[in-house]
Amino acid sequence: MAEPDALFDCLCRLGDNTLILGHRLSEWCGHAPVLEEDIALANTALDLIGLTQLWLGYAGEIEGKGRSADDLAMLRDVWDFRNLLLVEQPNRDFGHTMMRQCLFDQFHVLQLNALSQSRDATIAGIAAKAAKEAAYHASRSASVVIALGDGTEESHHRMQSALDRLWPYAAEMFESDAIDQAMAKAGIAPDPATLKQPFDAAINAILADATLRRPAGDFAHTGGKSGFRHSEHLGHLLTQMQWLQRAYPKAAW
Amino acid sequence: MPRPQPAPVPGLVEPPDNVPAIEPGSVLPATIMQWLDAVPDPEIPVISIVDLGIIRGVSWRGRSLVVKVTPTYTGCPATRVINDLIRQALTTKGVNDIRLERQISPPWTTDWISAKGRAALERYGIAPPQASGGPRRCPHCGATALEQVSPFGSTPCKAQWRCLSCLEPFDYFKCI
Repeated sequence: MAEPDALFDCLCRLGDNTLILGHRLSEWCGHAPVLEEDIALANTALDLIGLTQLWLGYAGEIEGKGRSADDLAMLRDVWDFRNLLLVEQPNRDFGHTMMRQCLFDQFHVLQLNALSQSRDATIAGIAAKAAKEAAYHASRSASVVIALGDGTEESHHRMQSALDRLWPYAAEMFESDAIDQAMAKAGIAPDPATLKQPFDAAINAILADATLRRPAGDFAHTGGKSGFRHSEHLGHLLTQMQWLQRAYPKAAW
Repeated sequence: MPRPQPAPVPGLVEPPDNVPAIEPGSVLPATIMQWLDAVPDPEIPVISIVDLGIIRGVSWRGRSLVVKVTPTYTGCPATRVINDLIRQALTTKGVNDIRLERQISPPWTTDWISAKGRAALERYGIAPPQASGGPRRCPHCGATALEQVSPFGSTPCKAQWRCLSCLEPFDYFKCI
């Protein structure tokens, strides 16, 4: 069995990704270009926040210090978050949001499918449940990216700039460190590096249909999942997300 | 100034006083399932939580009645209300020691919605889930020429469709 500390970190990475992306998507509530898209973004956010409760709830259990999912979400500060840099990037326009979603969803489906084979029965159960929801998200974000990429001159241009801007954040999804290797060795979670090839195949097919050009460079921003260097955006996000618990500690309703 | 009380949960009423307590183990799980079959889903009140397929087991453990509940969608906000409604329905019948356990594996699937539940959904105007991924016919007029408006709808479990014959929009219960 792997070290509990490594398992706790692994679960925080899973839960922080869904928490931060879920919060980002919820920022669209009431602001999306059309009502259907507004509802779709809010529903996706809801699925991700629901999944966060399961991941962070289990993280708190493993840690054994009595912290609940809410405590982990609302009372940690930037340096304790373990989410990917990709998911904390700001929404910008709708196309940019959907490009970020598409990159994450394609990775997320592969990750959850692998996690559903985990030797840890709780993780396998959560992942098997979430994989079905993530597949639904992935099919929608891919179809929006294709529609906008292969759309008007303006929408194509915006999707290409979104891709160019976000691409340097994609590689962190496949970065493998000591925690990942410990988890992989224990049969708890996949080594993220093994997800790179199926991700490339899936994303290349989507980008080809969307008539978008995959950026050539392999420069990658990293430091989110290790907590070593988050982008400045995470702090701003937390000031909003955690405001109530910070201003009125232990408020409940 | 005191805070106002929160609005009451729809469908939730205070259990009556003086319900005689039942002896733990004296009622068969099948009977308890019938009691739960009277509990409506809070979002779609025409079907019961048993029809929805989210009650995964009822059993006595010592003096406690254990009810295993599985969520439909992980983020479904109705989950908490459903737990309250289960507690209330059983308390009304005189069960005092109730333990609700969340069971997420195997994951809930729309295949677990009962035939009775599917028929009730359609009568209510919600097209029941189909393995093909889209509704079979319009729940209003029965026509089969349909189009999707959005893959998401008013609750996590629904999508929005429109009938091309009667032109009415309708909800489709997503298949997962």
